[in-house]
Amino acid sequence: MGMTNDMAVLDVAGISKRFGDLQVLSDISFTVTRGETVCVLGPSGSGKSTLLRCINWLERPDAGQIYLNGDRIGINNGGVVMSDRELSRVRTRIGMVFQHFALWPHLTVLQNLMEAPVQVQKRPVAEVREEAMALLAKVGLSDKCDVFPARLSGGQKQRVGIARALAMKPDVLLFDEPTSALDPELVGEVLLVMRELAREGRTMVIVTHEMGFARDAATRILFMDRGRVVETGRPERFFVSPDTERARQFIQRYAAG
Amino acid sequence: MIRDFAIVWSERDLLLSGLGNTTILSVLSAIAGLVIAFVLTPALMSKRRWLALAVRVFVDGMRCVPFLLFAYIVYYGLPSFGIRLDNWSSGLVALTVYHAAYLAEILRGAWAAQPREPLEAGVAFGFSGPRLFRRIILPPLLLAAGPIIGNQMIQIVKDSAFLTIIALPELTHAASSIQSRHYVPFAAFITAVFLYWGLCLIIEAGVSGIDRLAAARR
Ligand SMILES: Nc1ncnc2c1ncn2[C@@H]1O[C@H](COP(=O)(O)OP(=O)(O)O)[C@@H](O)[C@H]1O
Ligand SMILES: [Mg+2]
Repeated sequence: MGMTNDMAVLDVAGISKRFGDLQVLSDISFTVTRGETVCVLGPSGSGKSTLLRCINWLERPDAGQIYLNGDRIGINNGGVVMSDRELSRVRTRIGMVFQHFALWPHLTVLQNLMEAPVQVQKRPVAEVREEAMALLAKVGLSDKCDVFPARLSGGQKQRVGIARALAMKPDVLLFDEPTSALDPELVGEVLLVMRELAREGRTMVIVTHEMGFARDAATRILFMDRGRVVETGRPERFFVSPDTERARQFIQRYAAG
Repeated sequence: MIRDFAIVWSERDLLLSGLGNTTILSVLSAIAGLVIAFVLTPALMSKRRWLALAVRVFVDGMRCVPFLLFAYIVYYGLPSFGIRLDNWSSGLVALTVYHAAYLAEILRGAWAAQPREPLEAGVAFGFSGPRLFRRIILPPLLLAAGPIIGNQMIQIVKDSAFLTIIALPELTHAASSIQSRHYVPFAAFITAVFLYWGLCLIIEAGVSGIDRLAAARR
């Protein structure tokens, strides 16, 4: 507490992570204020997924601190590593959307949305169902509520994935390449939902290779390379006149398609 | 021959009580075995090496022991350690513990074949410990492994026949008393065979029910 300013929803301070000899993240720091859409760009292998996974402690960072609305994640007030139970409670405040959707195959679409709010957050079933149906309407899938994920297209699965994350009413949403596993003609429907969320002012951190989306929807770009934040700035500046040579090369490569 | 079956028919109460006992033994062992497997399987997958290793030794050991020998050990061997169980308890314990090992290994195999992301999503959405296993991990395992678990249930029914050697009045025991009392071996044993077959058909009907549930989710 006290280390973060009032508006910071997520404050990442000096995160480092290594796997064996490989230093995957080196001293990553940034803050995300309320209503921001931060797009994380960078070549494959630069540590973007690991960064998101460190934020909710799916991977345990080797060093650094993460604060969510002022509360330290992963380390409790006593200064020791949180128990699984304590971590679980914090994780319900962070919504996550996965590259390969990661829906629960044994549950229907509606049940996928209701599972964590009812089982983990212990919210009343009737209330959760009503909100879940509203979320499905929002992502255009009301008619699929009783269908199992296996019967959905990739684009529909990812829209369910997003609705499932929203159903927990998280403080921040993390997206890990939400459209990378989709056929090109299905990317648009998912980006449309994400643009809508950005417009509503949801607080989001989005790892993506969709440059068009990052350019119009992001409030800020975080450019990573080899485990470091190389450059950060507003999209209109980042895409037109980046400060670093590495960012310039990256933009050129992706602009060329 | 007709006369032999008539004799078996006259002893139908004995056979039916044997069938009933076989059913009770099998159902109780199957349920208890599954419940134990639900504890053993997460242990087999545990990141705590010593725990995974200890359970692995138990599971592999159990799978290498002939069931008959294991039943002997439980009934005749345990009393040397001061644990004296009657034939019903011994039979149940032997069947349950033995097949729990197989069931645990079946579930572990199904688990290893599952994609990692849904489980990770479970953790990311705040599930942990037993709730993570029960709500997120286990249901897909049961759906995926339904047919193999069904096979194991059939194995339980068949292994229960060995318990005749500890004088448990199950179906095989009933058939052999009828044959020794009246000397009608073929009629007595073939009747028992058909009754076992009936039990297997019921199990298979259950498996195809689970398979329909699984197919809707694939
Ligand atoms: N669990 C892991 N064990 C070992 N190496 C890993 C693990 N996860 C990721 N890595 C390595 O860390 C580096 C960064 O991976 P990742 O965060 O997935 O990058 P990105 O998402 O930017 O493509 C890669 O070299 C990858 O091979
Ligand atoms: Mg990645």
